[in-house]
Amino acid sequence: MERIPILQIGEFLLVTIQVDMHDQLAMTLQDDLSERISATSAKGVLIDISALDMVDSFIGRMIGTISGVSRIMDTQTVLVGMQPAVAITLVELGLTLPGVRTALNAERGMRLLNNSAAPQ
Amino acid sequence: MSAEQSGTQPILLEQDVVRARQLARTLAQGCGMSLINLTKLVTAVSELARNAVVYGGGGHMDWQVVEKDHRKGLRLTFRDEGPGIPDIKLAMTDGWTSGGGLGLGLTGAKRLVDEFELDTAPGAGTRVTILRWA
Repeated sequence: MERIPILQIGEFLLVTIQVDMHDQLAMTLQDDLSERISATSAKGVLIDISALDMVDSFIGRMIGTISGVSRIMDTQTVLVGMQPAVAITLVELGLTLPGVRTALNAERGMRLLNNSAAPQ
Repeated sequence: MSAEQSGTQPILLEQDVVRARQLARTLAQGCGMSLINLTKLVTAVSELARNAVVYGGGGHMDWQVVEKDHRKGLRLTFRDEGPGIPDIKLAMTDGWTSGGGLGLGLTGAKRLVDEFELDTAPGAGTRVTILRWA
C-alpha cells in the first residue's frame, strides 16, 4: 500500500509530503502519524508541505486533525514551507487552520520545536 | 497544429480527483494562467471533483478553453447523476455539510473562480460550471 514516509530524528518526527495526495493517502498518513507519536513518544512533529502545490479542504482538515491529535498526545506539530499561492488560496477557500502552528521553512520549524521541547 | 480546445474526463474514483486536478493544471498552464489563479482553480477543481465522487457517486468533468478579448480562460463543468441537492441555499452556506466534510467545498470553490453556476434538483443530479480567466 502507498504510504508517506515518517522519519524519526532524535525526539522529533519528520514528514515531507512530496506527492499529489489522494484522500485515502492523507487518511493513512493521519493514522500512521498518531501511531508513531504513541510508539516513539516524540516531542514534536514537523510536516513539510513545500512540495505541495495545492491544499484543499480535505488536506486542510487532515492537517488540523493531526495537529489536534498530537496536542492531546503531548506532542507539538509544526507545519512548514507553505507556498504563497497555496496560503492565499487556503484563506480564500475559508480555511485558516486554527490552532495549527506554522513556520516559514523547515529550519525555523525545527527551532520552534526545539524551543518548546527544551526543559523549563 | 492546434491543441484540443475541449474534452471530457471521467471522475469515478477517489484517484480520479487527483487526475482531474492534474488535467486542470496542465490546461490552465496552457492558457498562460498566473500561478495564483492556477492554484485557486486547481483547488476549486479538487473540491468539485471530490463532491462528484463522494455525493454524486461519480461523474464527469467537461473542459473547454475559452477566449475573450485576447484573454484565455478555462471553463469546467462537473456533472453527476447522483441524488442532487434538495436545498441549494443550505448547501451554499459556509460550514454546512451533508457528509463528513468541513462544508467549504461548494462555497469555497465559488470564491476561488470568476464564474460559478450550480444547477441541481432532487433526483436530477448536479451540474456545477466554473470559469477562471488567465
